[in-house]
Amino acid sequence: MKKSFTIIWFLGLFLFSCSNCGKNHQISTLIQIKGSDTMVNLVQAWAENFMKKNPSLSVAITGGGSGTGIAALLNNTCHVTMSSRKIEGEELELAKSKKINPKEFIVGLDGIAVIVHPSNPLDKLTFKQISDVFTGKIINWKDLGGKEGKIMVISREVNSGTYHYFKEHVLGKENEYTENALLLISSQAVADEIAQNPNAIGYYGMGYLSPNQKPLAIAKDANSSFVTPTFENVKNSTYHISRPLFFYTNGKPQGVVKKFIDFILSDEGQRIVKEINFVPIR
Amino acid sequence: MFKKSLSLKKVVEQIIEYLIKWCGIISIILVIFIFIFLFQEGVSIFKNNSPLSFILGKQWYPLSKPPIFGILPLILGSLMVTIGAAIIALPIGVASAIFIAEVAKGRIKEVFKVGIEFLAAIPSVVIGFVGIIVVAPIIQKTFNLPTGLTAFTGSLLLSLMAMPTIVSIAEDAITSVPNRYREAALALGATHWQTIWRVVLKSALPGITAACMLGLGRVIGETMAVMMVTGNAAKIPHGLFEPVRTLTATIAAEMGETIQGSDHYFALFAIGLVLFVIAFIINFLADFFLHRERI
Repeated sequence: MKKSFTIIWFLGLFLFSCSNCGKNHQISTLIQIKGSDTMVNLVQAWAENFMKKNPSLSVAITGGGSGTGIAALLNNTCHVTMSSRKIEGEELELAKSKKINPKEFIVGLDGIAVIVHPSNPLDKLTFKQISDVFTGKIINWKDLGGKEGKIMVISREVNSGTYHYFKEHVLGKENEYTENALLLISSQAVADEIAQNPNAIGYYGMGYLSPNQKPLAIAKDANSSFVTPTFENVKNSTYHISRPLFFYTNGKPQGVVKKFIDFILSDEGQRIVKEINFVPIR
Repeated sequence: MFKKSLSLKKVVEQIIEYLIKWCGIISIILVIFIFIFLFQEGVSIFKNNSPLSFILGKQWYPLSKPPIFGILPLILGSLMVTIGAAIIALPIGVASAIFIAEVAKGRIKEVFKVGIEFLAAIPSVVIGFVGIIVVAPIIQKTFNLPTGLTAFTGSLLLSLMAMPTIVSIAEDAITSVPNRYREAALALGATHWQTIWRVVLKSALPGITAACMLGLGRVIGETMAVMMVTGNAAKIPHGLFEPVRTLTATIAAEMGETIQGSDHYFALFAIGLVLFVIAFIINFLADFFLHRERI
């Protein structure tokens, strides 16, 4: 009884240590992609299509935010980073010091929709009004022409590329989100909270639009026209809160990674972009 | 031949004692190593920020230029959620323990014991998920709040997680009160409840206190569930029904994106250090109570 126990224990240890032996062979058949939560559904759709065509290859996708993905690239723990914001100067310098050479690909376009609960009477806001709401200068819906009620600001976490992009382009570089803003861990969490909270306002990538939230039409200032976040408006650049979606690799992509990137930039890959409610690059 | 096998047994005994001694020592060494690692990385933040401004600072904006590292809202968030969970879990937990140990018999006792263990088996992520989808909207409607993602919601969920620990250990403490105490009280004419309240509980108090502290120790370290339901707003809360942000959620949410060696990275390690110290104090107190002489 004791003897068989010892044998089983050693066998277990042996098998466990062997599980790492195949690791080096895996790099040529497994692509590790990390980064933006906004892009996770899109890259998942690409990966599924790609794996159907290439049954011997696998693509592993992890979210966590654009910042997480870029950090992973710099720490060499992924092959491709998906990011909904451009890599920043400090990150590029750090990459150089670590001998990593990020190569940028634009793989799609995305609009960021500002949404409210469907029962909210408001339909449109200007950039300045949105900025004031999210920085905490306007705190009641009646100051915007709506019903009396405390505005509940919903934002993404600091890891998120969407967070950064919204901060830079809508709030203004010098401004911070109000400390009352709820920082939720994913765009889906933002969507869920807005769907059940009549006083909430938030933002997410257009791909998350659903009948449970109402998108607002945005104007650059009081004199411009108000534009809704639709596919056409992002494509013809009339919707102003839109951004390119990026892939970053370390140096020029090779082997299976190159195969994957060629696939997503092809007509078929871009057709998938449209199906997931993002905007193809051409 | 008899002598030979005797010295062989002695040697085997010594080897076994040596091995288990080293297993214990390794556990302690691991804890010390973790502490040293946290300390090394965390203390680097104090080169540019004074410890006082870190712990008492009211704003946490790690990505501004220049970054502001103040963790007072986070400490208060963690404390508020923990104290809220304590207020809910302690009375209910101790009462359940009394029921299981003193009142329930046979079948019912087994059912309750197994039921509480089930509660412990639910992963915290699942509890957090149920919290977002089910509990938060109910709380929002019931208390007419701007949002259901509050410290109170977090406390509710955390009390679910603390209860199995509190109930198990308190029940053990109550069961180990010697029967002669109960028999003496009953012989003097006390009712069952008088016996429980005035004799058994008083005697089991060190163990019950330890149970509570261990339950709280689990609560203060809980990350996933609080991250999903407390709203993560890093501001000083003015009541239990406001969104808060805990120390644990901050580390979990932001660690992925920090660049190793940046100030933000060191600040997160400093938060880990603070958490480690708090959890250590709680567990130390629990241990102290557990080993005190019973009255």
